[in-house]
Amino acid sequence: MSREWPLWEVFIRGQHGMSHRHVGSLHAPDEEMAIKNARDVYTRRNEGVSIWVVETRHIAASSPSDKGPLFEPANSKAYRHPTFFPIPEEVGKM
Amino acid sequence: MYAQMVKSEGSNEKHTEQDTAFQARIDAGEKIEPKEWMPEGYRRTLIRQIGQHAHSEVVGQLPEGNWITRAPTLERKANLLAKVQDEAGHGLYLYCAAETLGVSRDELYDMLHSGKMKYSSIFNYPTLTWADMGAVGWLVDGAAIMNQVPLQRTSYGPYARAMVRVCKEESFHQRQGFHIMMTMCNGTDDQLRMAQDALNRFWGPALMMFGPSDENSVHSAQNMAWKIKMNSNDELRQKFVDETVPQAEYLGLSVPDDTITWNEERGHYDFAEPDWNEFFEVLKGNGPCNTERLEARKNAWDEGAWVRDAMMAHAEKRAQRKKMAG
Amino acid sequence: MSALFQFLLRQGDNTLVLGHRVSEWCGAAPALEEDIALANTALDLIGQTQMWLGYAAEIEEAGRTADDLAFLRDAYDFRNLLLLETPNRNFGHTLLRQFLFDAYQVPLLASLESSTDQRIADIATKAGKEAQYHLERSQDTVIALGDGTEQSHTIMQDALNRLWSYTGEMFESDIVDEAMTANGIAPDPTSLRDVWNTTVDAALKLADLKAPEDNFAHKGGKNGRRHTEHLSHMLSTMQVLQRSYPGASW
Repeated sequence: MSREWPLWEVFIRGQHGMSHRHVGSLHAPDEEMAIKNARDVYTRRNEGVSIWVVETRHIAASSPSDKGPLFEPANSKAYRHPTFFPIPEEVGKM
Repeated sequence: MYAQMVKSEGSNEKHTEQDTAFQARIDAGEKIEPKEWMPEGYRRTLIRQIGQHAHSEVVGQLPEGNWITRAPTLERKANLLAKVQDEAGHGLYLYCAAETLGVSRDELYDMLHSGKMKYSSIFNYPTLTWADMGAVGWLVDGAAIMNQVPLQRTSYGPYARAMVRVCKEESFHQRQGFHIMMTMCNGTDDQLRMAQDALNRFWGPALMMFGPSDENSVHSAQNMAWKIKMNSNDELRQKFVDETVPQAEYLGLSVPDDTITWNEERGHYDFAEPDWNEFFEVLKGNGPCNTERLEARKNAWDEGAWVRDAMMAHAEKRAQRKKMAG
Repeated sequence: MSALFQFLLRQGDNTLVLGHRVSEWCGAAPALEEDIALANTALDLIGQTQMWLGYAAEIEEAGRTADDLAFLRDAYDFRNLLLLETPNRNFGHTLLRQFLFDAYQVPLLASLESSTDQRIADIATKAGKEAQYHLERSQDTVIALGDGTEQSHTIMQDALNRLWSYTGEMFESDIVDEAMTANGIAPDPTSLRDVWNTTVDAALKLADLKAPEDNFAHKGGKNGRRHTEHLSHMLSTMQVLQRSYPGASW
């Protein structure tokens, strides 16, 4: 019985100095072919200038059931956002 | 439709509190993501639908692939090849979306090859002249877009994201087809005849793509509640007819349905139902190309086995050698 | 036929014929990823054909277009290498043929980038980047398939044995080449042999494949004197619409 090519996650940096962004997945026998396949599959319309691939099984993900404890505490820290601090208009741009 | 007529796996299950909470999330417009809890019926229905959709894309390469080597100009050849290649890409995105639900691409292929999973019946029709490349792009892609655009809002995150990508790429397909039709219709008498013939042969099958009426279907109701299915079959078919009839007029072609009239009161065209007996025969395996299409896919898969095995074996050997050296 | 016109036909017919062969894989490759990659290669080759034959048609000044040259010439007017018209026998055969050609095309295009003919230099600059990627991909695949399993090794060795006698034609120099070299338009094909040998030997070594000892070379493609039987079958498919409906636009 043959073994299926592993699954890879593909991240691509767009043209404008942005971060790499997850664009999708594909199958490939190894990382070099994964990069080539990513080039052929995910940059057909001139979408990228740099490619990262990582084998899907190596991605550690937060657990969906932890969504509350992980992310809700940040809700109560409005002071991290600039709009929290009213500054008089005459001070000017800040 | 590529993803129409999917039997829901959910209708027989007993509803628990968890199901209710799940439905509330969907009603609130939240996306469901891969590792989150979901009803088994939702997961199984999605696998079936996304799988069927993916299979339709790769089987859908074949009728148009039939003309790549005969395209009449270099530019048409490049356009068509790029389009059929996109379909392979769409199949790939969709298989990957299905894989997040715990089924592998190889397993999905096995189900296609063994007939356990379907693909859209439209691809069991032959492409007989170059005008069919126009008709397929114009009508088949046109019909596909009708249901793929709303599916960008489907509840399952990976499926919705795949559809966003598909729709973005798909926009040139229908135009490509219509452009071929325009050229043929403005061409020689032979070309005009080919164009009319293609419309005659694809009109009925295109209407069938949406599936029989499902106003009273339990499956359909469940899938719509889950936001896996976004519109009823009749709704989409009507929309398709309303958009297509004026386009045919523009081309100077006649739609092969004498009953087509604009219904002022409904604000829609009235049209004749396609031949549903033919539809069910094709579904059963008696379409003009069912055997050839499945055979072509199976052959490609079987004949490619040594390549897939060899490339995997080489990757493993290389990893081993690297380990030994390091 | 001017020497420059012939030279351009050779370039355009090479990419046209190979692009056609590669496009035959669409929908039939061993994996979706390979299907998509092969289509990209074919699309590059079709694009290059438009540039080469487009320029050829201009040089000819007979009112023909690139499409006329592609779809309305018969086999004896084609100037492609015999290697490229050989039919696809299997995926390994296709990728090996691609590799043997890419390994030649990359140094050729690199040299054409400094052609005294600016149009040729421009085409070569664009096509060169595409060819470089084709080479990377075909080379890796040939190595993987040669090294992979016993079965794949046998298939690849068989493909190499079949294709080898078609490689020599790439390095044959004739009166057209002499004219091109004299004007600084293109390099002498014989000068590309060393680079090709280095690339091919290295890959074959990693793929554990052995080139046949016999260096006999089939000829007759690039000068059009004797094509294989396969070309006319290919053209009967490729040209069917243009031939059946003369004068129609598509």
